[in-house]
Order: sequence, then structure tokens, then C-alpha cells
Amino acid sequence: MHVPGIKSQPLVWILLVAILLAVVLSFLSPFFMTVGNMTNLSKQVSIVAILAAGQAVVIISGGIDLSVGSILALSAVVIGALIQVDVDPLFATLAGLATGTLAGLVNGFVITRGNIPPFIATLGMLGIARGLALVITKGVSYQVLVPFFLYIGNAKFLGLPIPLYFVVVTFLVVSVMLHMTVFGRHVYAIGGDERVARLEGIPVDRQKIKIYMLSGFLAALAAVVMTGRLAATPPSVAQGIELQAIAAVIIGGVSFVGGRGIVLTALIGALIMAMITNGLNILGISSFYQQVLIGVVIIVAVWIDNLKSRK
Amino acid sequence: MPDPTPLVEMRHISKHFGGIQALTDAQLELYPGEVLGVLGHNGAGKSTLIKILAGAETANAGAIFVEGHEAHINDPNDARAYGIETIYQELALCGNLNAPANVYMGRELHKWGFLRKNAMKAEATKALNRLNIRIQSLDVEVESMSGGQRQAISISRAVHFDTKILIMDEPTAALGMEESRMVMELTVELKKQGIGIIWISHDIHEVFNFTDRITILHGGKNVVTAPTKEFSQDEIVSMIISGLAVERGTSAAGG
Repeated sequence: MHVPGIKSQPLVWILLVAILLAVVLSFLSPFFMTVGNMTNLSKQVSIVAILAAGQAVVIISGGIDLSVGSILALSAVVIGALIQVDVDPLFATLAGLATGTLAGLVNGFVITRGNIPPFIATLGMLGIARGLALVITKGVSYQVLVPFFLYIGNAKFLGLPIPLYFVVVTFLVVSVMLHMTVFGRHVYAIGGDERVARLEGIPVDRQKIKIYMLSGFLAALAAVVMTGRLAATPPSVAQGIELQAIAAVIIGGVSFVGGRGIVLTALIGALIMAMITNGLNILGISSFYQQVLIGVVIIVAVWIDNLKSRK
Repeated sequence: MPDPTPLVEMRHISKHFGGIQALTDAQLELYPGEVLGVLGHNGAGKSTLIKILAGAETANAGAIFVEGHEAHINDPNDARAYGIETIYQELALCGNLNAPANVYMGRELHKWGFLRKNAMKAEATKALNRLNIRIQSLDVEVESMSGGQRQAISISRAVHFDTKILIMDEPTAALGMEESRMVMELTVELKKQGIGIIWISHDIHEVFNFTDRITILHGGKNVVTAPTKEFSQDEIVSMIISGLAVERGTSAAGG
């Protein structure tokens, strides 16, 4: 894949780290490399990975989206509520996806028209979407026991769990968008220097709205997978998951300053985090330590990135 | 005057920001193949006048004519549609992108939304060669290039798209001597191609040696517009500071 001004080294680098981690874990525990555990791992990683794809685009554009966890919950609740009244699951899914995209559109409008920094705008949406999810459900979790969602959550196709296909298609499509289209080029330009992008006639506001819509849409897509996995839509679902998505992007080596990075590294970043969690679980190490370790990994990842860019 | 029909005519331009009158009845004319120096100290109104032409500001009153026809310029894209391009002193490139991506920024070649990277690279190479600009590799980020190389890319971008009028806003301010010379050589090349150039600079020596005509602004009004060589450097400096025209027979009246 040819990306303007971006070498493929970061991808190779982070891939090596991930492989090394997998090798170490498979030596430490015979259970790590089993089919059962790998299936488990890929399910664990799928939600964060889908969110990380959207977050990567947002961060490359120089922004941030703190609202993806709440948008996920709101979209899931819309799906759950419609299933409750016997709406066709496919239509409920489309309504859920529309909800997430609309929330992203609102984010984009607040950021561009209201001239409010992405951190603040999406922090607001974090509260609004979560609150709406609670209002709609009155705090109750809906059960979603229809075959369509049970299939998404539990079935396998060609031996691989369905959520994995969601992840692969997401990264394929987002990678093509970012690295091969005019939209993607504009994302890099805006992240590189927004003022220059504006001077050179890039429709910065319109592209930013699209970026946050994409992130909202992917949050809703993650909600579809989440609904399948849980067979329910608790309004408190995915709390704090936005931080995991951001961490995955950062561990993957996407620059927080914007303008640099490859979407695919976010997937590997998500994998590394999931492997740490999963590996420590297998080894019987307290989940309290997992948080400490992931925190350290985030800082080390950025530190290594700084060292590389100083050269 | 090389041609009776000016490329650009800005007539009776007024602009105020709140209570501050930035321009009052300002005039500007630019002919093909000439370099017009726009002079004035900070706050004299020269940046505002130029920004109005470039579409970065809109005038409160007055009219702009491009090749004799009234032009309505409300944003930078309108200006471009009239063949007006601007080069800024701050090297307006995205450092994280390579040269072809910068040349085509905002007007990428594409098919159904997909970038035509090879076509852009080939065209960018041609554009740089036309101006005799040498760049080792088109694939590297422009951030790693020298100031002169980056300004050269800006210039080739500006003239690549059927440009008639080129505004150069202190194009050498961020450059060393050798690099400034290179930019001026490029500008002479553009002049030969019939492009009209508006040259804004604080460097009196540079303006005196390099421009064909000058217009001096003071307090938002034209002080004088005349061939550069009608005055000495000292007279130009004194007019910039005092805002009073040095009498020179017929050509000294503003406009």
C-alpha cells in the first residue's frame, strides 16, 4: 500500500511486537495458542478493534472522539428497543446504524459550526448519548434473543467467529478509504496542517463532519456485534471503552498530533491490548495488574515513537 | 504599460473591521508579465487589499475586474476559478505529505473518488521540471526539504493550474539569501510566461531591484502608483513612512 510520506516501517515494527508477545505468551501457557482461546481472543478484540478503526481516522485528522462508547450504547439500546416491539432484526440493525451515524453527524456539526474543540464536543456527546440510552430504557437491559443477533454473536463461518469478519471488513474498507481516496488524502492534510488545508481549498468542515459520522457509524457497527455477543442491550454497556480504542490507536503508533499513521496498526494495537488481558487471565494474574500493564504499554509506545521521530 | 487591459483592476475598495477602517477607496491594477510591488508598513492595508483579491476577506465596498470583466470573489476557491493564486511567506504546505500530494492539495486527480496517484506524480514532475526545480525524490515528506525547495513546490503548485495572477506575500521572508535568489529567478521565469505578479515585501532593496511598478499604501489609502525606477530607494522609504507622495510630474497621482 503506498501512502504519501508514510513508510511501511511502523506497521512492520508493531507487527513484530505483537508476534513476539504471542510467542512469549504461548511459551508461558499451553492454553494460549488453543483454538478455543484464539476464538475467545478474537471475540474480545472485535469491539475495541472496530472502534479503533474509526478512532484512528479521527486521530489522524488531528481530532479525538470520546463519545464512541456512549454512541455504541445508544445504538445498541435503539436496536434492543425495536426488537422488543418485534421489529424485523435487519431493520432494527439499520436503525441502530443510523442512530450512531446521526450522533457522529451531531459531533461533526458541533465541532465545525459551533467551533468547539473535538475533545469538548465529544465529551458532551459522551454524556448525551449515554443519558439518552438510560432515558430510553429507564435503566433496564433489553433481551435480544432473535436468531439474527445470536448468529452474529455466536456462530462461525469457515471456522472463524462472525465478529472477526466484521473486523476484517471494517479495516479493509477504512484502509482503502484512508489510503486510496480523495477523502483519505484530505484526512491526512487536515491532520497535517488544517490552516493550509483550508487555504488550499479543501472543504475542511465537510470532511470533518464525514470523519465523525464514520466514527459514529463504526460505533454503531460495534453495537451490532456487542448486541449479538451479549444477547442483550444494557444501557451501561461499553463504559470507558473509548479509552481502550484510543489506547489501541496510540499503541499502534498513530501520532496523536495528527497527519501520520496507518489504520491497520490500530488493529494490531487492539490485538496487543487484548493479548495482554487474555494472557494475564490465563496465567491467573489479577485483572488489577492488567490495567497497570496496559497503562505502562501506552506510555512506552509513545515514548518509542518520540525516539523514532527525534532521529 | 505593456497592455491596455489590466489583468486585474481593483476599484474603490473599502474595508472596515468593526470600527477600524482598514482600506478607503483603494486601487490596484496589474498587467500581464509585470511584477507589481505593493508597499506599506504594518497596518497600511496592503495585506487586507491582497486578502480581498485572494478571497480570504471580502470588501465592504468596491469592485474587482479580471481581464475587464467584473469578478465576484467570496472565498479562495472563487479566486482560483479566476486564475488568481497566492503564495504565502509561511510556506503553506502540509509537511506530512509529499510534493505531488501538496501540488494537488484540494484538487486531487481522481476517478470515482479514488486517487490517481501515478498521474499526479507524473504531472507534478512535469510541473517542477518546467520551472527547472530539482528535487531528489518526490516520495519524501516535504517537511524534510529545505525552505527554498518547499517554496519552489508552492510556486509550481500555484502556477500549475492555468494561473494568470500570482500573489506573492513576502515569499522570501522565511528564506536564506541563496534560496531567495532562487525564488526570484523562478518569478522571472513566470513573468516571461505572461503571468502578472503582485509582490509584497518589506525588503526595500529587493522591491527596488525586482519590481516593475510599485503602489504604496498608507493608512488604507493609495499614496502613489508608478514605475519603480521613477523614484530612488530613499524616496520610496520616505513615502512609506510619511504617506505623502513625492511629486514627479504626471505619474505621481494615486491610482
